[in-house]
Amino acid sequence: MKRIYLDHAATTAVDREVVQTMLPYFTETYGNASSLHSFGRDARNALNASRQTVADALGAQANEIIFTSGGTESDNLALKGVGKGHIITSSIEHPAILSTCRYLEDHGREVTYVPVDSDGMVDPVDVESAITDDTTLISVMHANNEIGTIQPVSEIGSIAKDHGILFHTDAVQSFGKTEINVRKMNIDLLSVSSHKIYGPKGVGALYIRKGVEIEPLMHGGGHEMGMRASTENIPGIVGFAKAASLAVERFEQDTRHLTGLKDMLIAGVMDSIDDVTLNGHPTERLPNNANLRFAFVEGESLLLHLDMKGIAVSTGSACSSASLDPSHVLLALGIAPEDIHGSIRFTLGRGNTESEIRYVLEVLPEIVGKLRAISPLAGG
Amino acid sequence: MEYSEKVLDHFANPRNIGEISDADGVGTVGNPACGDMTTVYIRVKDGRITDIKFKTFGCAAAIATASMTTELALGKTLEGALALSRNDVADALDGLPPVKMHCSNLAADALHAAVEECMAK
Ligand SMILES: Cc1ncc(COP(=O)(O)O)c(C=O)c1O
Ligand code: FES
Repeated sequence: MKRIYLDHAATTAVDREVVQTMLPYFTETYGNASSLHSFGRDARNALNASRQTVADALGAQANEIIFTSGGTESDNLALKGVGKGHIITSSIEHPAILSTCRYLEDHGREVTYVPVDSDGMVDPVDVESAITDDTTLISVMHANNEIGTIQPVSEIGSIAKDHGILFHTDAVQSFGKTEINVRKMNIDLLSVSSHKIYGPKGVGALYIRKGVEIEPLMHGGGHEMGMRASTENIPGIVGFAKAASLAVERFEQDTRHLTGLKDMLIAGVMDSIDDVTLNGHPTERLPNNANLRFAFVEGESLLLHLDMKGIAVSTGSACSSASLDPSHVLLALGIAPEDIHGSIRFTLGRGNTESEIRYVLEVLPEIVGKLRAISPLAGG
Repeated sequence: MEYSEKVLDHFANPRNIGEISDADGVGTVGNPACGDMTTVYIRVKDGRITDIKFKTFGCAAAIATASMTTELALGKTLEGALALSRNDVADALDGLPPVKMHCSNLAADALHAAVEECMAK
């Protein structure tokens, strides 16, 4: 059976060019970047070049980039690294932010969670009015991983700047899919991850604006300018940098491709199936995200039927989570729990094709029809 | 979390779907923990279930347990149907993932409610 991967917000396949770029760093250029000999020098050169590439992709300087083990670590480093004060964040952040905030609350820190509107948008006015004398950090994600809504980060950044507060944004989902310039957007701290942009898993970076003081999480040999001890994962970092440069190079082509497929999918589903709603913002959203709500059916059932047809998606349904809690993001939009059940996230990628979307549009109406036929909620 | 072959079979090809318009008993049960819902319809003759149908809104486990419950209950006496437990249903499906055991309550409870309604008549 042909398999169709529509879960690129979860992770992506590593680009073949990226793999090729990485390979020599396992077996030939395997030195420790801290060593003084030529093996070390070669690794160090690769590390420096990679740092420059990632910096360029963000409009930053190389010495403002700290490589980490991924988005989660970058988020932890940013939040825990700002050692004191009140934090303002949003109610729809990724668990890497929310769980870290809960941890900090357990350790006596105060956190304010600003709400979002029904499209998943944070109102910068709410952020500004949450500021207290004790506020040290605002952390609002750039684009949401479930619904793809893109936040007004530039505006939030300038509010933070006006108040002399640090601004962090989790750009794990937006990196490579929207324009990012840390200077223009008034960003002090920004998290990115490699495996969402066709790079290897287990690598990411935190941009730390020059002059911003952050406490490291890892203590040890003083790697990464003392910000993250541990021998650098050179193959991973080289792969991440290659993936970042491909994302920049292919930005316009990717955006056109993804937007076309996403619009085709949304329009096709709306045309062929009744009682479907788009979750998230109609226009201010990632070009690859279609989060759709199918009334009267449950998401795990929908997901498994699609899986039986070879189509991979994800759902915000309570039934598919270990905790049996519905998606905190969809709840924050004010969607009723029974409606959240029928939400499916399709996230498209560079490798998807029109014929794949046509196949989805061919099988989906029948699956939804079948589940509605057995649903007591569908009214006969 | 993995579903057994039998769960997936009953999920993909549920048996006894639908409604019975002049049923002798109807039971509807919803689980507030995750907002799912099952309705079971029975027709009874000489104290035995001669026809049974169901409708479910819920996950694969909820659909599969409802389907299996109707299979197990068909032909049983009302007392036999009342004795059918969620564990019987889960066992007949070669087990359910632990987090999904609560879904199997739904179908057995809906069946019991339908039988009780019938007995009360
Ligand atoms: C918005 C967001 N932040 C953080 C993460 C965590 O990134 P990583 O998997 O690299 O730790 C993810 C990915 O799941 C994400 O979507
Ligand atoms: S119906 Fe919600 S977990 Fe089974």
